[in-house]
Amino acid sequence: MKNIFVYCEVTEEHRIADVSLELLSKGRKLADELGVDLEAVVLGVKLEKALEQLRFFGISVIHLADHEKLFPYRTLMHAKLVKTLFEKEQPEIALFGATSVGRDLAPRIASALRCGLTADCTGLVIGDHTDERKKMNYKNLLYQIRPAFGGNIIATIINPETRPQMATVREGVMKLEPQTLKNAPVVKEIDLQLIRPEDEIITIVHRHIEPPKVNLKGAQILIAGGYGMGSKENFAILYELAELLGAEVGGTRAAVDAGFCGHERQIGQTGVTVRPKLYIACGISGAVQHRAGMDQSAKIISINTSHQAPINAIADYVVIGDVMKVIPKMIQSYKKQIN
Amino acid sequence: MYCFFYTFAAVLIKTLKKYDMKFKIVVLAKQVPDTRNVGKDAMKEDGTVNRGALPAIYNPDDLNALEVALQIKEKRNNTEIIVVSMGPPRAASIIRESIFRGADKGYLLTDRKFAGSDTLATSYALSKAIEKINPDLIVCGLQAIDGDTAQVGPQIAEKLHMPQVTYVEKIESIDDKKMVLTRRLERGVETVTLPFPALLTVHGSACACRPINAKRMLKYKHAHTTSELQEQNRDYTDIFKEHPYLHIEEWNAENVGAEEAKLGLSGSPTKVKEIESVVLTQKESKRFTEKDQDVDQLMKELLETRVIG
Repeated sequence: MKNIFVYCEVTEEHRIADVSLELLSKGRKLADELGVDLEAVVLGVKLEKALEQLRFFGISVIHLADHEKLFPYRTLMHAKLVKTLFEKEQPEIALFGATSVGRDLAPRIASALRCGLTADCTGLVIGDHTDERKKMNYKNLLYQIRPAFGGNIIATIINPETRPQMATVREGVMKLEPQTLKNAPVVKEIDLQLIRPEDEIITIVHRHIEPPKVNLKGAQILIAGGYGMGSKENFAILYELAELLGAEVGGTRAAVDAGFCGHERQIGQTGVTVRPKLYIACGISGAVQHRAGMDQSAKIISINTSHQAPINAIADYVVIGDVMKVIPKMIQSYKKQIN
Repeated sequence: MYCFFYTFAAVLIKTLKKYDMKFKIVVLAKQVPDTRNVGKDAMKEDGTVNRGALPAIYNPDDLNALEVALQIKEKRNNTEIIVVSMGPPRAASIIRESIFRGADKGYLLTDRKFAGSDTLATSYALSKAIEKINPDLIVCGLQAIDGDTAQVGPQIAEKLHMPQVTYVEKIESIDDKKMVLTRRLERGVETVTLPFPALLTVHGSACACRPINAKRMLKYKHAHTTSELQEQNRDYTDIFKEHPYLHIEEWNAENVGAEEAKLGLSGSPTKVKEIESVVLTQKESKRFTEKDQDVDQLMKELLETRVIG
């Protein structure tokens, strides 16, 4: 009762997804603050290795269902099991990765339990709240912090009355912090009899999954292009510089939406959050959603035609100029100086 | 012999009934402020959002959803596309635009009681409206650009006890009993079959919506809601009597049988505790121009401090 639950997503390789491990790390801290336990929900198949991974996150109970029906993820079965579990265990907080699985599952659970859910949080903090109108005091609520409305505002959302307090978080937003092993978690099997034939009416006929291509999170240097790059063709110059510096190329949402680069390269609140050694922002104005995904980079260079671009305010180096002129000069200069 | 006759008759009746049964698709569409093109005047001096400065547009993913519905209509006889939008009276323009693009008709769900609804309260109101239509399929966009939550679709599916398929990119095939479709995942694609009734949320990478059809626009440009005509002080009874297809019906909470306690602020479990407008604190930064010696200087410094190289 009153514990923190993390729905742990299982990857194609039958491991726990990074985003879930990040949430467990955050969940452990929140649990310490509230003086409660951390519990994990793991649904999938061939989970021996996954369970090994979960030993190091300060989890007290793992609610487990290991059955071939449960992988690949299908909405109705997972929703039924998680919903029933939450009804029984009454979690205080429930966290999900903001992935194609978490964003499919969490709203379904929230709707069934009639509780609040906040998407794509960039911060989770414990705090109190006073409702002046109702003359009510609420202790230890989960503040769910997220940019909203085109990134012009940062909203703090709370669920004063309903439980669990539910939130989804993107990969990379929370830090992955395994702990030293104290007590091994207790594994509790989830009853699969709960699954009815009507939960299995959607069938997967074909899947095509590619190995992860772009590793934005692991890159030491990131070169990111925004809408200001102008075209997909202009992105070529970014790849050229990236190859030279051993960097990876990312893009803003505007650049992805405009087709300049693929979804897998999107950096920001609705993409990947990164913390590289060097971040080179090219033709990026710097909406708060984008900054939320990169502002913890050690060094930031902004290349922009505008002095006023918000990204300049968080940059260590600002180059005012046309990105299509500056990047070739950087390439030239680098080659010259390295020799 | 009699037995044979009855069986035959039963099959005939069933076939006729089926022939007569429309396949109803509800498309959910939202009018949103265009947050992608936020200008300087988007924020007021007191730090609140100046909604007036942002143009109201058809939510981009919802246009992909409408296209999916239109493609199904092309593949399947006797299909009707009904657009449902929830919003202020001016959101009637979304329904008009949908009809111009090929939808058959639409309903505007509008009521002051809906104001302040979070995704849960919104999904409740919409599910009540959808129950009234009783469709075979619901198609909505994955998410709206003003919130990016992607929650309302799955929340409706749960309330209506329907299966859902999210992140839909393509309809592969459809027949009387089921459809096959492909969905976009982070690292690939997945093809699934599902029976009806069901709810789909359509990804922005799906086929773009066809343009407005000029003929339909001519026919329906005077389609209005009652409140729109009232605002223009026009007598609408005759207009609608003569051309019933020009009437965009408005539904309020009572019309769809929604309980007030589950709507608006009181029906929303999430509350906004605080809103901060984003103020950037200026970091100490070195400024350069695009001149050769400036770029050289920058690269030199990066190399010397071992940030690169």
